[in-house]
Amino acid sequence: MNVFHFFLQHHEEILELTLEHLWLVGISTVLAVLIGIPLGILSAHWPVWNKPVLGTANIIQTIPSLALFGFLLPVPWIGARADRLAILALTLYALLPVIRNTYTGIRGVDPSVVEAGRGMGLTGRQLLFQVELPLAVSVILSGIRVAVVVSVGLATIAAAIGAGGLGEFIFRGLAMVNNQLILAGAVPAAVLALSADFGLGWLERRLQPR
Amino acid sequence: MRTISTNGPVIEFRDVLYVLPNGQMLLRSLNLQVQRGETLVLLGRSGSGKTTTLKLINRLLNPSGGEVRVNGAPTAESDVIRLRRSIGYVIQDVGLFPHFTVERNIGLVPRIEGWSSNRIHSRVEELLQMVGLDREIASRYPHQLSGGQRQRVGVARALAADPSILLMDEPFGALDALTRDQLQREFLSLQQRLNKTVVFVTHDLREALRLGSRIALMEGGRLVTVLPPQDFLRSTDSLAAAYVQAFGEGLNSVATRGSE
Repeated sequence: MNVFHFFLQHHEEILELTLEHLWLVGISTVLAVLIGIPLGILSAHWPVWNKPVLGTANIIQTIPSLALFGFLLPVPWIGARADRLAILALTLYALLPVIRNTYTGIRGVDPSVVEAGRGMGLTGRQLLFQVELPLAVSVILSGIRVAVVVSVGLATIAAAIGAGGLGEFIFRGLAMVNNQLILAGAVPAAVLALSADFGLGWLERRLQPR
Repeated sequence: MRTISTNGPVIEFRDVLYVLPNGQMLLRSLNLQVQRGETLVLLGRSGSGKTTTLKLINRLLNPSGGEVRVNGAPTAESDVIRLRRSIGYVIQDVGLFPHFTVERNIGLVPRIEGWSSNRIHSRVEELLQMVGLDREIASRYPHQLSGGQRQRVGVARALAADPSILLMDEPFGALDALTRDQLQREFLSLQQRLNKTVVFVTHDLREALRLGSRIALMEGGRLVTVLPPQDFLRSTDSLAAAYVQAFGEGLNSVATRGSE
């Protein structure tokens, strides 16, 4: 039986696990954006926060993913369900690129533009929402794109703690030494990562300020 | 209610100090008055404190000591956002918002001040005409403009909400000589019509002589002297004389070369 037949036969399960995968990645990315962008703004505007915020996000990034899942297991409420745990871990990993690119994007706004805005009497909020964020948006999006692509890959490991997703196939395939099973997980994951990369990359170019 | 006096100086520095956090003193006990409708030029080398002086007026910087007054009221006590919106600000790099059209750039302050879009639109047209730009430029983006056009838009933007005070920090410094000359000429005729109180920073004596009603010469964070242009040329002050000589020599050397 070739891979193609295998895919046809198991298409329902593949679809289900792909959706589960998307859900894990989607929720964690949304959380990372909601937390990461404000933290990026904070460190861009108040240099005191720059080191602690980016430093912490950097350290989290260096923890091996399997170990991070293990560390989070004893945490109350979070550790009680595998999907919560997976989402938290994925969120933590996705934070760094979002924070770093928000920081870089805002710091990269031409200082004379910021000075003119302040001199004209824009409030801090007006400057942020009308000038800094719109000018930083493509850099921030590129951070989100990196976060999504990395999360798609990392989320396969979430199956190790029973959180589901396409990693199920991969772990099953590894255990049974079945390449078709591994491919059933790896191919859709790769397609997800590539389409996210392509789609967000396109959006990024569209929103690129002149 | 704050009372706005009409006969006193529009801008006044009283024993103003400005010290950086590292202890470096950029301005020492500055006393200076700017009268209504005059163009006061702050002339000096880089590091002389002229830009610092300018930024103390719209509170982009706050004095470490002393007091700055605008229309009789200490700026430290005024609302900083209201203060800045009542003062036009033009800088060398213009700082146009690259993601806004010319029209939105010029109309930004009126818009956040809640003007109706009709009023903003006609104001933008009026301003474009005032600074010598075609009205069809309104829909362009800053990167589609030449340097001279950009600075004209910068001036129009500063004038948008009709401030009585205009601060200009080397506005023509980055332009080529011909464009600069043209903009200086236009500035003079604009100023004749609008009669704003202008504080103008430059390191170019010729520009100072041409545009200023008075020239405030600064050096090392101190105000050396304040003189009308014609007195500046005759001044016995050594620094003023050095300036006149430096600029005069440039002209003379060309003149002598030409006659050989």
